[in-house]
Amino acid sequence: MPKLLGLRCRECGAEYELQATHVCEMCFGPLDAVYDTAAMKKIVSRQRIEQGPKSMWRYRDLLPVEDTVNVVTLGEGYTPLVKADRLGAELGLRNLYLKNDSMNPTNSFKDRVVSVAISWARAHGFETIACASTGNLANAVAAYAARAGLECFVFIPIDLEPAKVAAISVFDPNLVAVRGNYDDVNRLCSQLIESTPWAFCNINIRPFYAEGSKTLTFETAEQLGWKLPDEIIIPIASGCQFVRHRQAVRELMEYGLVRGDRVPSFTGAQALGCAPVYNAFHSDNPDRVLPVKPDTIAKSIAIGNPSDGVYVNRIARETGGVVEAVSEEEIVDAIRLLARTEGIFTETAGGVTIGVLAKLARAGRWKGEETVVAYVTGHGLKTADVLASANGHSSRRVEIEPTMKSFREKVSI
Amino acid sequence: MTVDVEATNLIGAIVALDAQYPGFKERLLDENGDLRQFVNVYLNDEDVRLGSGLGARVGEKDEISIVPAVAGGR
Repeated sequence: MPKLLGLRCRECGAEYELQATHVCEMCFGPLDAVYDTAAMKKIVSRQRIEQGPKSMWRYRDLLPVEDTVNVVTLGEGYTPLVKADRLGAELGLRNLYLKNDSMNPTNSFKDRVVSVAISWARAHGFETIACASTGNLANAVAAYAARAGLECFVFIPIDLEPAKVAAISVFDPNLVAVRGNYDDVNRLCSQLIESTPWAFCNINIRPFYAEGSKTLTFETAEQLGWKLPDEIIIPIASGCQFVRHRQAVRELMEYGLVRGDRVPSFTGAQALGCAPVYNAFHSDNPDRVLPVKPDTIAKSIAIGNPSDGVYVNRIARETGGVVEAVSEEEIVDAIRLLARTEGIFTETAGGVTIGVLAKLARAGRWKGEETVVAYVTGHGLKTADVLASANGHSSRRVEIEPTMKSFREKVSI
Repeated sequence: MTVDVEATNLIGAIVALDAQYPGFKERLLDENGDLRQFVNVYLNDEDVRLGSGLGARVGEKDEISIVPAVAGGR
């Protein structure tokens, strides 16, 4: 039974048939997938989910992929939700949890959205998958395109670091290096959708791609025993993910998967070096997000012109959340703090999230008993260079001769 | 798709475009005459919101791109 009815403009409500398009022809607003919720209410249940695979596809009933579709999967999702007692103790939080999405197949949360996007695209006859990216998205798209046996075009800024290029190139996509920054690449791709028959994951098939994000929040609720936390901390780039998490909570309630009607507070995290949403949130007019030129080590979330920024601010306000930002130094400190207390090595975007968590906790935002969940969305090896440049060696490093004498002299135990 | 218009500033170019394609202006601009939230306009590859906005001067060789803002991910 088809569960997707079509697409609808989030701004003016104009409706469209199911197709690879993401922008309302009337008002340029974003298009969202529309489901047959009445039919889904008869199907969706905790039991069906719990009997599903140990991947995000256990929530298949709630994703924009029909039952007959053979999905493209590498086992993404169902990542650990760990109770962070040691980090919590430092921050005065007794019920702090980390959703460790760096445990995905290509080590970032992007595997969720790309698995949905490529499954949808292949089922709808697309032969080529494409994206504009500086790393995580390109990594996921190239890997899943290889898995699916589809042609792949990845557009990257020409100055992308060699390590990132290698991690993408190994999957053998067509790699187009554009002389410009990420916003230039994204704009070029937005123009290319007119003249290519390609599925650009984050552009023309974005309504389907975005839906994959919801599984992160579905899993969090399930792993908490089908309960919602009091607050969720989420990194903000375009804001697309943040909006989908709010929708995920709506669906968890609508389908009776969680009890109660208390919506968690949604809090957003940005780097001060690219903080257009944070700037607007703290301005007189949070509905006007002005673009900025990004300058931060948190490159994977450095979008100067975030398309969903306005929605982020509305959701944060309506749910009692905030949008906070941290400095470059605070990002690196937070990466170290998380590693030192919990054994989790996250990339700079995760440093932003944990940095904001720490900043808010130290400012007294929580009493201590609240259940707070932070989404750690990518692995530290992706951005290990920021640690090397910030502090070449660990302060606890010593160099010794291979003798017992030298060990006794230099190492205190 | 690309079209030629004659104008001395950006808002003039949008008005000229509206003359060729009636209704275009109201899709680009809100009731206050500001660019709608989900439209990005670039003058020779520079986001006009970062520069002098709709009052920006344009000349014979300048290229204006109108691109939907909605895209995401990195």
